[in-house]
Amino acid sequence: MFKKEFSPGAKSKVKSSAQRAIRAKVIETYPLIEPYIDEVLPKKEQLDLVKIPDRVSLYCNGGTPLFWQHMDDPIVPHLQLVHKYPWCFTRVRIDRGGIRFVLSGATLMVPGLTSPGGRLPGGEESEEWANGGKEIEAGDVVVVDAEGKENACLVGVLKMGTKEMKEKKKGPAIENGHYVGDGLWKLDLS
Amino acid sequence: MADTENTPAPATDLKPARKVVYCGVCTLPPEYCEYGGTVKKCQDWLEDHNPTLYAQLYSADAAAQNLSTLSVDAQKRAEKDAQKKAAKASAQEARESEKRATSKIIIKRVERNKRKYVTEISGLEAFGLELKKVAKEFGKKFATGSSVTKTAAGGEEITVQGDVSDDVFDWLTEKYEEIPEENIELVEDKKKKSAA
Repeated sequence: MFKKEFSPGAKSKVKSSAQRAIRAKVIETYPLIEPYIDEVLPKKEQLDLVKIPDRVSLYCNGGTPLFWQHMDDPIVPHLQLVHKYPWCFTRVRIDRGGIRFVLSGATLMVPGLTSPGGRLPGGEESEEWANGGKEIEAGDVVVVDAEGKENACLVGVLKMGTKEMKEKKKGPAIENGHYVGDGLWKLDLS
Repeated sequence: MADTENTPAPATDLKPARKVVYCGVCTLPPEYCEYGGTVKKCQDWLEDHNPTLYAQLYSADAAAQNLSTLSVDAQKRAEKDAQKKAAKASAQEARESEKRATSKIIIKRVERNKRKYVTEISGLEAFGLELKKVAKEFGKKFATGSSVTKTAAGGEEITVQGDVSDDVFDWLTEKYEEIPEENIELVEDKKKKSAA
């Protein structure tokens, strides 16, 4: 979605009522974040809303980007936030071969997740990708880690449930995600 | 950097936020530098700024591990891809620096009304400055009106009220050292009143 670099549009303050709504929405979408919500979205802090092209709005706290949202799609964390609190989100992992495609902005394809280097929920219990054995549904937001890397490389909305992925083993998994090094990542908010 | 990768997160006790180091060259987390196209520079940067992580990422072990997981075919393709990317990045850099070397900033003093002048500054965008911000800066610095205006040629320039051409020249050379002085040109433009 942010393949091209762009410059931020108008910046405006978020009303405190809207801020509460965002907070509730974030907790609803990412239940795991709840214990950290005061760190991520401090109650007293004034949030800013930055308009960026393609009808995307980016919420930030001072100079740090937090979440972005495309129209009324689910609210998605910025990768800088993901890197700080990786355990707050549902995660999957791709194999090493797929990383370079992801970082050049390609659609994430299912084989990258189902191959030996990839991880989907329901695998070994001890790994953080297990998600308690629960499958992830299409339309949910996932953070995508990469094999052999510590930090996540992509975050986006699943096009296909993980159960279906395991059966089909092909097709697109995430389109239009936010990856490290894309326009949103490079966005200068100062 | 905390190794939180392998510890499953119990939701009850709070873990402090992870501190992630970002590469100063390509802004990615250093482990992804190899995909950025400026690998060599990133590597040098990391060696200077974070030797421990550097040792971790660019050791012989890590390289061997990287290679072993991919098939030979995929490796070749990845390598080719990386080369292409690097070439692209360096080509772009060369283009940019050339553009920088050739483009000129023109500071023009326009007579508006005997003894009153406006200063028009064009060509700043070639040096990666944001016109709107710089215009605001000028306004603040010289305590005059300053705005971004469209030129007839289709581009944009900054118009500052008053004759501040010398001050603008000094300010630019001082604040943006990357702009070579010989690339800034002062021009005087006297508008002749048409004899009516």
